[in-house]
Amino acid sequence: MSKDTLRIISPNGHLGFAPTKEESFYLGAATRPDYYCCDSGSDDIGPVPLGMDKCASHPDWQYHDLELMLLKAREQNVPMIIGSAGDTGTNSRVDLYVDMIRQIAKKHSLKKFKLAYFYSEVDKEYLRAKMLNGEKIEGLNSRTELTMEELNATTRIVAVAGVHPFVKALEMGADVIIGGRTSDACVFASAAIYEGFPENIAYYAGKVLECASFCCEPYGAKESVIGTLTREDVKVTAMAPFQRCTIASVAGHAMYERTNPYYEYVAGGCLDMSECQYEQYDERTCRITNPKFIPMDGRIKVKLEGSGYVGKRFLGMAGIRDPYTIKNIDKVLDWARSQVAERLPNEKYELSYRIFGKNGVMGDLEPVKETKSHELLIVVEGVADSEKIAEEVTLIGTRQIFYARLPEVKGTAGTAAFILDEVTRISDAYTWTMDHTVEVDDPLELFPVSMITIGE
Amino acid sequence: MKTVKLVDLAKTIRSKNAGTDRITFDIIFRDPANYEMVKKSGILNRTFIANLYGIPESRIADFVEFDPGYAIKFTINRLRPSGSFGEGDVFGCQQYPPLLDIEIPVE
Repeated sequence: MSKDTLRIISPNGHLGFAPTKEESFYLGAATRPDYYCCDSGSDDIGPVPLGMDKCASHPDWQYHDLELMLLKAREQNVPMIIGSAGDTGTNSRVDLYVDMIRQIAKKHSLKKFKLAYFYSEVDKEYLRAKMLNGEKIEGLNSRTELTMEELNATTRIVAVAGVHPFVKALEMGADVIIGGRTSDACVFASAAIYEGFPENIAYYAGKVLECASFCCEPYGAKESVIGTLTREDVKVTAMAPFQRCTIASVAGHAMYERTNPYYEYVAGGCLDMSECQYEQYDERTCRITNPKFIPMDGRIKVKLEGSGYVGKRFLGMAGIRDPYTIKNIDKVLDWARSQVAERLPNEKYELSYRIFGKNGVMGDLEPVKETKSHELLIVVEGVADSEKIAEEVTLIGTRQIFYARLPEVKGTAGTAAFILDEVTRISDAYTWTMDHTVEVDDPLELFPVSMITIGE
Repeated sequence: MKTVKLVDLAKTIRSKNAGTDRITFDIIFRDPANYEMVKKSGILNRTFIANLYGIPESRIADFVEFDPGYAIKFTINRLRPSGSFGEGDVFGCQQYPPLLDIEIPVE
C-alpha cells in the first residue's frame, strides 16, 4: 500500500505573487507527480496586508496559478495542497481561494471532489486569557515575552501551522487543501508524512521545495521543480530546460531567508541540516542524504504573527537638482519639519523622509556618507490618527521642500521639482507587533479543518 | 599585498529578510578554493561587518561559516520590524552592496 517513492511538484515559491511559468509546470506535470503542492504566503511583504486583511498578489495571477494546478491534479486524481492562502493566510484569504477553486471547477465542469480548508487566525481574547492565566507568549529572535500593551496594539494575528491540519485533512480524504498561514516547508512535508515517509526526509524535502526554482541555477524564479523522496534520500530536479539543481544551488538554498543555515524550526520540532550530504545525481538533479529531525519534547510551540495599526498614511515626492540644495539637504528637511510643527503644534503625527541618492535604501546601514549624486528624490511619508491630519502633515512636509530658505540658493522660484504637486493616500501604516510562539496541547486547536464537496 | 574584491571571488552576494526583525546576508562561492581563501583570510568577521555597516556588534545576531554551501553568512537585527513606517527596503534585499568592494588579500 505505502509508496516506496513519492514525487512532489512545486510550481512557484509564492503562488500568485508573480504568475507561475507554464512551460516548466507542464513539463513537470507530464511526469505525473504524486502531489501538487505550493506555498502562497510570506511575511516578507510587510505588516500591511495582514493588518488590512488584503492580498499583496494580483487576483488574476492567483487564479491562474490555482487553475494550472487544479486542472492537472484533478486530471490525475492526486492531491493538491496550498498553504498560506492569499499571502497572509487570514480567514478571508482562505475563503477567497476556496471560492476561486469553486469558480475554476465550475468553469471546467470538474467532477465532484473533496476540498478541505482550515483557518489560522487567532483571537486576541484567546491569547489574553492565556496570559491572564500566567502562560508566557515567548518572543522569537530578539523579541521579549509578549506584553498586554503589545497584544492591545495588535490588529490581526495568524498562527503558523505545521503539518498537523494538512495530515488531518488528508486522513479525512481531501483531494484539495486550502490552508491558512503555514510554515512553508510543511505544505510539502505534510504529504510525505501522511504517506508514511520519515520526518527527516519529509521536512528536508519541504525545505528544499518551498521556494520552487530558487534552489536552481541559473537564477530564475517561478519555474517548477520536482522532489523525489525515498526513505533514504531526497532528489530535487529542475523542470525548466535552462535550469539545473546543483550541489551549490541546493546547499546554498538551505541558508536562504534564515538566520542560521543548519536549523529550520517548525511546529513540533527542528530540521537539522548540519550533516546533510549533497551529490550531483544527474545533470539537473541534486541528491541529498542525512538530514536529521529533532522532535521537541512537551507541548507544541506554534508561531504567531501579529500586525498592529499605526495610522492613516500619505506619500509625497520631491526631486532636487540644485547642487547647493543637495549639499544642504538636511537643512532643507529641517526647515520643512519645522513648518509642519509650526502649523500643527497640538497634533500627534509622524513624518519620515527617505533621501534617495543619499541613503534612501539603506538608511542607518549606509556606509557611503558623502552624497555624490547630481539629483535626489525625497520620499515623504506622513502618518496620523486622522486622514485629514495625515494629509496635511505630508502636504506641508512635501511642499515646504519647495519653499526651503537657504541663504545662497540661486533658484528663487522653487527649490524642488514635483512629479505631481499633490500627496497620495496610501495603505494605512501598520507594524509587526508579534513574532512570538504560543504553547498548545493539540496543534489542531488553532487550525480547525472543514470539508466541503465541489464539482458536478 | 595583492588584493581582490569580494565581488570578483563570490558567485552570489545577497541580502534578504529573515523573519520580520532581521536581515540576513549570504556570500556564496562557486568552488571550495575561493571559499577557503576568503575564510582563511580572516577578513570577514563580526567586528569587520559591524564597522562596515557602522553598527554595534550587538546588532549582529549570527555569523556562520557554512562549509557545505561554500558560504559565509551573517544576520543583522533591524532597528524596527520590516515594513514599519519610514521603511526603505521592505524585503531587505538591497542591503548587501557594501560587501562587494571588500578587499581580500590573495597570495
